[in-house]
Amino acid sequence: MLAVPSLIGVIVVAFVLTRSLPGDPAVYFAGITADEESIAQIREQLGLDKSIFHQFIVYCKNLTQGNLGVSLNTGQSVASELSARFPASLELTLTGLALALMAAIPLGILAAVNPNTWIDHLCRIFVTAGASTPIFFSGLLLVFVFYYLLGWAPSPIGRLDFFYLSPPKVTGFYTIDAMINGDFETAAAAAKQLILPAITLAIFALAPIARMTRSAMLTAMGSEYVKAATANGIDRRKIIFVYALRNAMLPLLTIMGLVFSYLLGANVLVEKVFSWPGIGSFAVDALVASDFAAVQGFILVMAVMFVVLNLVIDILYTLVDPRVSIDG
Amino acid sequence: MAKPFLQIKNLAVDFATRRGVVHAVDDININLNKGEVIAIVGESGSGKSVTAYSILNLLGNNGKIAKGSITFDGMNLENPSASLLKDIRGREIAMIFQNPMSTLNPIRKVGDQLSDMLRQHAQATNQTAPRKVIELLHKVEIQDTRRVTNAYPFELSGGMCQRVMIALALACNSRLLIADEPTTGLDVTTQKSIMDLIMGLVKHRNLAVILITHDLGMAYQYCDKFVVMEKGQVVEACDDHSLFTSPQHSYTKKLLAATPGISSKVEHLTPTVPVELSKPAVEIEKKELLKVEGLVKTYILKSQGGFKSQGNTFNAVDGVNFTIYQGECVGLVGESGCGKSTTSRLIARLEQPSEGRILFLGEDIGQVSDRDFIRSPRRKDIQMVFQDPTGSLNPRHSAFQLISEPILRLQKDFNKANLKDQVYQLAEKVGLPLELIYRLPHQLSGGQKARVGIARAIALNPKLLILDEPTSALDVSVQAIVLQLLEHLRREHNLSYLFVSHDLNVVRMLSQRILVMQSGKIVESGETAEVMSKPKHLFTKTLLAAIPQLAS
Repeated sequence: MLAVPSLIGVIVVAFVLTRSLPGDPAVYFAGITADEESIAQIREQLGLDKSIFHQFIVYCKNLTQGNLGVSLNTGQSVASELSARFPASLELTLTGLALALMAAIPLGILAAVNPNTWIDHLCRIFVTAGASTPIFFSGLLLVFVFYYLLGWAPSPIGRLDFFYLSPPKVTGFYTIDAMINGDFETAAAAAKQLILPAITLAIFALAPIARMTRSAMLTAMGSEYVKAATANGIDRRKIIFVYALRNAMLPLLTIMGLVFSYLLGANVLVEKVFSWPGIGSFAVDALVASDFAAVQGFILVMAVMFVVLNLVIDILYTLVDPRVSIDG
Repeated sequence: MAKPFLQIKNLAVDFATRRGVVHAVDDININLNKGEVIAIVGESGSGKSVTAYSILNLLGNNGKIAKGSITFDGMNLENPSASLLKDIRGREIAMIFQNPMSTLNPIRKVGDQLSDMLRQHAQATNQTAPRKVIELLHKVEIQDTRRVTNAYPFELSGGMCQRVMIALALACNSRLLIADEPTTGLDVTTQKSIMDLIMGLVKHRNLAVILITHDLGMAYQYCDKFVVMEKGQVVEACDDHSLFTSPQHSYTKKLLAATPGISSKVEHLTPTVPVELSKPAVEIEKKELLKVEGLVKTYILKSQGGFKSQGNTFNAVDGVNFTIYQGECVGLVGESGCGKSTTSRLIARLEQPSEGRILFLGEDIGQVSDRDFIRSPRRKDIQMVFQDPTGSLNPRHSAFQLISEPILRLQKDFNKANLKDQVYQLAEKVGLPLELIYRLPHQLSGGQKARVGIARAIALNPKLLILDEPTSALDVSVQAIVLQLLEHLRREHNLSYLFVSHDLNVVRMLSQRILVMQSGKIVESGETAEVMSKPKHLFTKTLLAAIPQLAS
C-alpha cells in the first residue's frame, strides 16, 4: 500500500520532467516545411496551448480511465503500444537474469569454497571484465563474433527472423507461445534470436551477483553454525548447499532486486543494438521525438515494475528468513 | 599402563598469516581417559581453543599441525584422511561451542537440524527420524518437544539452544565431548543446569569431556584433571585438585588470585595489594544521592498476528524502589531479562520511565524527557560505563577523542588550551599509558578499552556512575585490575556506583549493599554481607547456589 504515494510521485515527476525537456513536439510533427500557422494549429490540436496545470489535470483524468494517451510517433495508443512491446522486454530481461544467475551463483560458490585458488582468481577476472565492459560494446562484440565472423547466430534484427510468423499470443513470450502452439521450429528460431541479447544482459548482470554470492558465501562459511556443523560431521555438500547457501540467499535476494532494476535500464541500449521491439527502444524513439504521452507511459510502466519487483523480493525474503515477519 | 583414551603428545599448531607463520600452540601434552573430565583453563589468546580444534582438524585453511601426535582410541588424528574424519566428527567426538544461539543454523528448524545429524550418521531413516529427534530432546531434558522441534533457534533461549547443541552431540553416542566455553554468556542458573546435564552423561555413559573455560570456579567444581595454558603453552598440568591449594606456576597463582571467590576481597585480586587500596575504606555517611520510587517501565508487545491493537503490555521494570547514598556502591544483580539493564538505562535517563520518580539530590529528574536530558545540568552528574568495551567506543575515534568528547559536549566553561591536560590527567587517573592515547580502539587491548570507557565516564566529575556489567567481557586478570581501579576511584572521589551484574561474586566485592532483581521486581535487598551469608528469598538462594565456587 506504501506504493500508492510513490506511484503518484512518479506520475507528477514524469509529467513535469517531460514538459521541461527541450524540444517542441508541435514543431517536430509539423515537419521542416511547416509555417507558424500550421505549428500553432498542431499545438492546439495536441492541447499544448493550455497551461501545464490544465494539461496535467487532463492527463490524470485520462489515466484514471486507463487511457495513457496517444503516441504521436506511431499514431497508436500508448497503452496498446506498451502492452505489445512489454512482453518482448520482459522476455529478454528475465532470460538475461536467468542466464546471469545460472552462471554467477555457481561461480560465486566455487570461488567462496576455494578462496584464493585459481577458480577464485578466474571469478575475479570475470567479475572485473563484466563490470567494466559497457553494455553496447559487449553487445556489438557478440554480434561481430557470433553473427559476422562465425555465423552461428542469426542476424540481430528483432525477435524473429522474417521467415517465421509470430506465434499466437498467450504469454507474449515468443519462445513459450510457440511451444504452447506446438511449433517447435518457431520456438527454436525465437530462442536463437533471443540468445545474443540475453547473453549481453547476462554479462552485465553477472558481475554484481557473482561478487555478492562470493562474499555472502564466505561470510556464511566462516560462521559459527558452519563450524559446528563441520564438527558434527555433517556432509560437506549439505553444509555448502543447505547450511551456507540458504543463509547466503538473504543478501543475494537484495542484490538480485537491484540487478533486475539495472537490467531494466540496460535494456534500452541492448534493444537498440539488437533492434529488439521492446519498450526500451520505444522509449528512446519517443524521447527523441518529444513524444510526451509515450515517455510518460514508459516511466509509469517502469515504476509499476519496480513496485511489483520490490514486493516480490519482500515476499521472498519472508519465505527464506523466518526471522523477518511480514510486519517487519 | 594402557594407553589413554585420548593422548595429545608434543602438539604444535602453526597458522600461516599475512605477517608470517604464527605458532599458536607449542608442545602440548594431554592425556584423558573414559569418564574423565579435563579442564583446559586459560585466558583469551592462550591457545586453549586451538588445541581443542586440532583434535577434530577444524583449524581452517591456514592452520596446520606442525608437530606432535593426537591419538584417540588407537586412531591417529594428527593427519586424518577424509574418510576417517567423516567417521570421527560427530560420531566419535562431538563438540559444543560458546554462544549456542549462533552455532545453530539460524534459518533451519531445530528438528530438521537434529534429523540432519541423525541421518548423516545413519542413526535414523527418514521415517524414524522424527521419533528419534523427540527421544534425543528428552535426553537433554527438554519436555516441550513439539514446540522445540518446530522452532527456529532465534525463538529459543540461550540455555535451550545449548541443550539442543548437546542433543546434537549426543545423537551418535559420541565417546568424547569437547565443550568450548559452553556456558559463557548464559545465566548462572542455566549454567548450572547445563553443566549438571553434562556431568550426568559423564556418569551414566562414561563420556570423556574436555571442558575449555576461563572460569577457574567451573573447572574446580566439575573437572578431575586440569591444564593451565598461557600464550600457547601449558604452564601447569595437574591430575587432582591440588592445583587450587598449591599452585606451582606464577601464572596459575595470578589466575587463582584474580578469580573472585566467596570470600575474596578486591584488593587481593592481584598478587600484590595496590598502594591506593592499602588503606581501609572510610565509612559511608548516609547522605541520600539517588532515590527511586515506584519505577515502572512498560513495553507494548506485538501480538502474534502482527497488530498491536490488543494492547498486550509487559512491565520490564515493575515498581522498583531503592536509594543510593553518596560514596556508596550498590549492586544490582539478576538474570538476563530480569529488568536490571532497563532499570540502569532509566536512571541514566536514556529511556523514559512509564511511572515513578527518580529523585537525584531531591530533584525529580524523571520529569525531564530522555531527549531533553542532554541539556539538563544533571546530565554530567550521571554517567554510564557500558558492558561491551569494544562496541561502545566509536571505532574511528582515537582514545583521546573518545575521552575528550564529553568535555567538548557538556562542560560549559571548557578551555581549549586545557583540554589536552585534562584528557591526559584523566588517562593517568585510569592508568591508561599516555603513549596509547592517540590509538584507535582496535589497537587497544580489552582492559585498555575498558579504561577508556571509564575515563570518559568520569571526565566531568560525575556524582553517580552506572556500571552495566563493566567487566563481563574481560579476562579475569584484566577484570581484577579494572575492579581495583573502580574501587580506587570510588574511594578517592567519593563516587557512587550502581553496579549492574549477573555475577554475584564480582558485585559482592565492590558493593556495600545489594539489590536482587527478578522479573522486574526487587525481591531482596540489604547489606552485602547479610544478603550473601543469610539470603532470605528463594531466588537469591538459587542464584548463590548456582555460582561455581573455588574452595576457600
